[in-house]
Amino acid sequence: MQITLRVKRYNPEAPEERRSWTQDYKVDVPEDSTVLDSLIQVREYVDDSLSLRCSCRGAICGSCAMRVNGHAALGCKSKVQKLLGKDNVIAVEPMGNQPVIKDLVVDMTVFWDKIRQVQPWLQPQGPEPEAEYVAPNEAMQHLVGVMGCIMCGACVSDCTVLEVDKNFIGPAALAKAYRFVADPRDGHAKDRLGLYNKAGGIWDCTRCFECVQVCPKGVAPMDRIMALRDQAIDAGFIGSYGARHAEAFASSVEHSGTVNEMSLVVNTFGMFNLPKLLGLLPLAIRAGYKRKMPPLFHKPVEGIAGVRRIFHKAEEQQKAARG
Amino acid sequence: MKFAFYPGCVSRGGCPELYPSVLAVAHRFGIELDEIVGASCTGAGVLQEKNRFLGDSLNARTFAMAERMGLPIMTICSTCQGVMAQAHQRLRDEAYRAQVNEVLKEEGLEYKGTVEVKHMLWVLAEDIGVEEVRRKVVRPLSGLRVAPFYGCYIVRPSGPLGYDEHPERAESLERVIEAVGATVADFPGKTRCCGFPILTINEPASMRMVAKHTLEAKEHGADCMVTPCPLCHLNLDGQQPKAAMAASQDIDLPILHLPQLVGLALGLDSNVLGLGRHIQTTYSVLMKVGVQVH
Repeated sequence: MQITLRVKRYNPEAPEERRSWTQDYKVDVPEDSTVLDSLIQVREYVDDSLSLRCSCRGAICGSCAMRVNGHAALGCKSKVQKLLGKDNVIAVEPMGNQPVIKDLVVDMTVFWDKIRQVQPWLQPQGPEPEAEYVAPNEAMQHLVGVMGCIMCGACVSDCTVLEVDKNFIGPAALAKAYRFVADPRDGHAKDRLGLYNKAGGIWDCTRCFECVQVCPKGVAPMDRIMALRDQAIDAGFIGSYGARHAEAFASSVEHSGTVNEMSLVVNTFGMFNLPKLLGLLPLAIRAGYKRKMPPLFHKPVEGIAGVRRIFHKAEEQQKAARG
Repeated sequence: MKFAFYPGCVSRGGCPELYPSVLAVAHRFGIELDEIVGASCTGAGVLQEKNRFLGDSLNARTFAMAERMGLPIMTICSTCQGVMAQAHQRLRDEAYRAQVNEVLKEEGLEYKGTVEVKHMLWVLAEDIGVEEVRRKVVRPLSGLRVAPFYGCYIVRPSGPLGYDEHPERAESLERVIEAVGATVADFPGKTRCCGFPILTINEPASMRMVAKHTLEAKEHGADCMVTPCPLCHLNLDGQQPKAAMAASQDIDLPILHLPQLVGLALGLDSNVLGLGRHIQTTYSVLMKVGVQVH
């Protein structure tokens, strides 16, 4: 079948005004082709100046991550037939949030720097065992889901926070961080949680699900970040605005069944945190003027006892599960 | 057509203009809304990060109430829709559902796993249908260029949200914009995060998201933006002055709730739709579609 690959190209050696352009390649490909097969066909037979990274062609090595029709994906795992848009066009771009070296090849230095930032190595405590470290089977089975990460960078490419804040550790590194916190052989979970609890860490994630959606290996980085948040609170890291927000949110819902936006803000920042509370004044004045203020008095929903019972039972169950 | 109506917290909190505009638009289409009395917050993904079982049990409680009413649920918030859809998918597992029902038992509730959860956007695009929307238009919004902004939780994760069965949902907002006679101002950020979840945690980043999306939409010719998510509205509208200040640039982009845009085309009164209750004035939109402001 005939398809058009609309490739975003970049040549760092060209004069500045001609460095970046979009190029259409019409190619005839078998129906079961992947985007990577099609790009290789272009490079081999149409335009050998097209640069891309690839190796295994089987979704194992993680080399060929790129944006396909606007979303990060492995070229080798993206079937052409499923992606064809109007006029049989497929848009191909380099990954986002990482500087482009040439065409579809990006510089992953930042990616690796962030991975290093979470100390991605086992840090056991106590005397070394005579033989190997022994870990319960179920704990390691749980970790297999995270260890499936092939470091392709797709989650980092589409992370909505990294787009606006380069300080964020990001989904790949935080998923890796979870892998060590949850490893029973590691003896520094609390130190690690303290490290990840800092600015740029676990609380800066927006929970936008981009990383979960684009991860080709089902690692679900965002879910790991949420687990790290819960564990950080459990380990006593309760002072951050993120932890305070989570706590204030839960107590509002437990109290009245719904969210009391007024108390949520005050309890997150703290009753005596004047700089923060005063910073809200312009919005409060504008909202008051437009009759947009949430109600001051918050009435519990009908049957609130049922909601509170659910809180009580679910928390009890969580405690029991944690031993 | 009748739904168990789940208005969420914000439509009566920080976005009080949303609730009456939903009722007015639903009435015009003959959609009967029977509000679920006593329903709680979905957890908004915040409770779920602390204790997923807690979040799922609260949602199962709401599902059981709707099931008892014998009606599908209609939501009016992308976040409520997404969180409910995720809980809905997990609760398909019978053993898990039984565990959750054990918690609901004392309130005399049981969730049998039969309820359907649909956002108003999908009700308009699928159940009512864009053709019927088009037929009901009395004030075509011709000449108005509208940027769609979905809100994360109505697009991701796509599995629980039914995108495999309904791939057309990916363009539902654009189809409604066209049905009311307006022009879509498409822009790359339409399915990205508005920044609201990190507003209290990392305000500068949250403001940069607001500025990025609104300015990008304007670059693509938008006169206004429409969103099916009141949480996105809280940030994109409510925080727009702050975002503009942080970006040292004027933004001035009116942000409409989905039923406000549809309501305008149905000829509904701008006061009923609460179009005067936004932080960023909607005056330019009203002028463009020929509504007299009083």
